Amino acid sequence: MSTTFTLNGKSTTLDADPAMPLLWALREVAGLPGTKYGCGMALCGACTVHLDGKATRSCVTPLSSVAGRKVTTIEGLQSKQAKAVQAAWIELQVPQCGYCQSGQVMSATALLEKNPVPTDADIDSAMSGNICRCATYSRIRAAIHTASQALKA
Amino acid sequence: MTTQTHSARGSRRTFLKGAGGASVMALTIGFEWIGSVRRAGAAAALESGAPFAPNAFLRIGADNSVTVIAKHLEMGQGSYTGIATIVAEELDADWSQVRVESAPADAKRYGNLAMGGVQGTGGSSAMANSWNQLREAGAKARAMLLAAAANDWHVPVSELSISNGVVSHSATNTRAKFGSLVKTAAALPVPDQVTLKDPKDFKLIGRKAARVDAAAKSDGTAQFTLDVVFPGMLVALLKRPPLFGATVKSFDAAAASAVPGVLKVVQVPRGVAVIAKNFWAAKQGRDALQIEWDDSKAEKRSSTELMEEYRRLADQPALSARKEGDAERALRDATRKVTASYEFPYLAHAPMEPLDAVVKLSANSCEIWAGDQFQTVDQANAARVAGLDPQQVSIHTLYAGGSFGRRANPGSDYIVEAVSIAKANGADGTPIKLQWTREDDIHGGRYRPMYFHKLEAGLDARGQLTAWRHVIVGQSIIADTPFAAMIKDGIDATSVEGAANIAYAIPNIAVDLSTTKIGVPVLWWRVVGSSHTTFAVEAFIDEVAHAAGEDGFTFRRKLLDHHPRLKGVLELAADKAGWSSGPLPAGRGRGIAVTEAFNSYVAQVAEVSVDKDGHVKVDRVVCAVDCGTAINPDIVAAQMEGGIGFGLGAARFGAITLKDGRVEQDNFNNYRVLRMSEMPKVEVHIVPSTEAPTGVGEPGVAPVGPAVANAIFAATGRRMHVLPFPKAGDA
Repeated sequence: MSTTFTLNGKSTTLDADPAMPLLWALREVAGLPGTKYGCGMALCGACTVHLDGKATRSCVTPLSSVAGRKVTTIEGLQSKQAKAVQAAWIELQVPQCGYCQSGQVMSATALLEKNPVPTDADIDSAMSGNICRCATYSRIRAAIHTASQALKA
Repeated sequence: MTTQTHSARGSRRTFLKGAGGASVMALTIGFEWIGSVRRAGAAAALESGAPFAPNAFLRIGADNSVTVIAKHLEMGQGSYTGIATIVAEELDADWSQVRVESAPADAKRYGNLAMGGVQGTGGSSAMANSWNQLREAGAKARAMLLAAAANDWHVPVSELSISNGVVSHSATNTRAKFGSLVKTAAALPVPDQVTLKDPKDFKLIGRKAARVDAAAKSDGTAQFTLDVVFPGMLVALLKRPPLFGATVKSFDAAAASAVPGVLKVVQVPRGVAVIAKNFWAAKQGRDALQIEWDDSKAEKRSSTELMEEYRRLADQPALSARKEGDAERALRDATRKVTASYEFPYLAHAPMEPLDAVVKLSANSCEIWAGDQFQTVDQANAARVAGLDPQQVSIHTLYAGGSFGRRANPGSDYIVEAVSIAKANGADGTPIKLQWTREDDIHGGRYRPMYFHKLEAGLDARGQLTAWRHVIVGQSIIADTPFAAMIKDGIDATSVEGAANIAYAIPNIAVDLSTTKIGVPVLWWRVVGSSHTTFAVEAFIDEVAHAAGEDGFTFRRKLLDHHPRLKGVLELAADKAGWSSGPLPAGRGRGIAVTEAFNSYVAQVAEVSVDKDGHVKVDRVVCAVDCGTAINPDIVAAQMEGGIGFGLGAARFGAITLKDGRVEQDNFNNYRVLRMSEMPKVEVHIVPSTEAPTGVGEPGVAPVGPAVANAIFAATGRRMHVLPFPKAGDA
C-alpha cells in the first residue's frame, strides 16, 4: 500500500502499512529522523509535525490520513517564524538534552504562524502538550517572546 | 558557531575527510593513569586513516580544528561544552574551532577519577573530576604549540604570545594559526610540568561560551540512538514480565510471527523479543505475543502494603548512620518535642528518549551505539552476555535524550537486553536496535526507591534545638550490585546522604537506617539520596522552627555558623527573594530550603499561591548556588532551572505505585511530569568563587520540594507529609 502526500514541499509517495503512525513512516520509511518518539499516545509532543500548517502529533496520526495533505517536519521548516524560533532557541541556549526540542520548535513555530504576539497564557496553552524532562520551559517561553519580537522588527 | 561531531558512524573519519588532504597532521596529547602514576601520552604525526594515539583528550588538525575528546556523556547537563571550555581555556584556542567527540570505552584512559576509575558519568562529577586533568591537557598542548613556533621561527619562546587560536611573535610580526604548527609540535616531547593559568586570566571559563550542541538540538540534526540507522538494521521490542521477578513459562509466537515485517521471535533472559524490519512491525508483533509467565518468585505486594511495613520498621531497631551525643536522652529531657513522618513513592526517571541501544554482534566483536552513561560497566556486562572479552566490545557514545541516572545502572539492563537479543538472533553481525516504548520505561523498574522517614526533635526551654532523631526506611540502591562493597557497616551511603551529614549545629543527633529487601529494582535518580533526605530534613526543620516560634530562615541561619558556604547560599537566596520584607498576602506563601549535594551548596526560596479550592501555583523560585568555579554560568543557571522543574514535578505529581506487584502507571497520562504551564519563574544567583568546580547537574533538584512545601504551609497552614503532594480537594 502506498500513500501520496506533500512532504516538506515535495510530492512524496511512501510504501508502507497505511495504519503505520506517520511518525514511524517519516523516520523509518522517509528517512527523516528529526521527529522524535516519546510516548506514542500524543501525550508528550516530541513527535510534533505540521499537518496543513497545524501542529499535529504524528505518533497517533495514521499514514493513510495524510494522503493528499501537506506535512512539514523539522527538516523542512522554512517560514520566517521558524527561522526566528530557531535563532531564538540558540540565542537563549534553550536545549539541554535536546530530544524534545524538534517538537518544541514545531509547536512554537505553529503558534507564531497563527499568533505573532502570544501572551504567556497563549504560550502555556500552545506549549503545555510538549513535555521537556530537562524542564527548559522558562527558556522556551522567553525564546518564543524573543522570536516574536524579532519578527516584529 | 561551533559544531559538534555527532555522527554515529565514525566522526573521526568524517573529520579526516573534512580536513581534506591526503595527509592530516595532528597533535595528540593526553595522560594515562596507571594507579596513581600519571604518564604523558605520546604525541604523534598521523597519516590519514591511521588510528590516532589512544590516550588523547585533544586533537588539533592541520585545518586548525581543535577536537576535544569527552569521556563523559552529554545528556543535557552541558558536559561537552564544559569539557571543551576547560581544554580550550588552557590551550587559548579559538572557541569557534572547537569540536567535541565522545571517547571510546576505556577505563584506563577515560575513567572517572571520582568513580575509582570506572568510566561513567554521574554524581554530578563530570567537571569536578576532569578539572585538573583537562586543564593540564590543554596547557601542555599550548606549551608544545609555543615550542613549535619558537622552533619554526627561530625565536625564543619567551617572546611569543598565544591567543584565540593564534600564536604571535610581535617583534617580527609573525603569526600562525594552530594548524600550521601541528607538524612540528607533534614531534616535540610532552612537557612534564606546565603552569596553569591564573584564574584572573580566564577568557572562556566563567563566561557564557555557547553550547557546542545548541544548534544541532534546535534544527533536528543532533543524533540520538533513536536516529542510528544501518543498512539491514532490524528493530527489536522486548516483552518483559508484568511482575518484577517473574519469568517466561511458555510462549506462543504464531500470531506475532504472522505480522508482516516480523522476522523472528526469540526468548532471552529478560523475556521474549520480537525482531522485525521496523518499529511498527515489531510493536504489532509484540502486541500479538501470547506469553504465560511464572510468577512464583515475583514481587506481588502493593506499595500501600510496603509503606505499612516501612512505618512499622521505623519503630524497630535500626543501624546507626550517625550518632553524636545522646539523642534519646535529650529528647526525654526536652521541654518541647516535635515529631513528623514523611512518605516518598517510587519514581521513574522517564527521560524523553526511551531507552534504546544498537548492537552489532558477531563471533568475535560486539559494537554498541547508545547514549551510554556507564561505558566500562556496560562493556563488561555486554562482554559477559556475548561471551567475549571486554576488549572485544566497543561503545560509541551518542547524545542521550535525558537520563537522570537511568542509563547508568550496574546491571546495564538495556545494553544486556540488546546484546542478548543480538545473540539469540544468531550473532551474525546484523545491526539490531532495541527500542523501549514509553510504557516499557514506566513499567520497567530501576526506580528511585520508596522511603519512609520518621523524625523527632527536642527543644529546650529557651527554644534551642537540642535533639534530632531521624530514622530512614527503604531499599538500598547498591545492595546486590558490584557496588555493594561500598556499603560500610550495613549503611548504604546513598540511602542517608543529605540526612546523616545534616549540617545544623545540634548537640545530640541520631540518624538510623533500616534497609529493606523488596523485589522492585531500584536505581539512583537525579540527586540520589538527597531526592528524599533533603525533603525530610528541610520540611522538618521548618516544623521545628515554627514550634520554636521562629522564622524558617533565621532559625536555619543560626545553626549554620560552622558551614559558611551553606550559610552563604541561604543568605543570598533569602536576600534576593526579599525574605526580610515579611510574609506575603493571604493566599500566598514563601518557603525556604537549603542543602549540600555533590559538594555544591544550593538554597531556594519558593513563592506559591493557593486558591480557595486548594489549587497550588508555584509562582517563583529564587535559587542561590555555590558550585566553586562556575565554568559556564549560563549552564549552571540552566541546570538550576531544569533541576527545579524536575524536582517540582516529582514533588507535585511523581509516583509509581504497585497494586499486587503490578505497576499502576503506564505513560505520561498517569505518570505526571511538570508541564510548561506549571513551571515557575526561576531566578538563579551564583556565588562568585575560585574554588575548584563542583556538581551542578543534580543539586538544584533537592531543595525545591521542601521549599514549596514550606511555602504551602505559610499560605495554608497545611504540612506536606506525603509525596507527591495531595491534589486539590484530596486532603
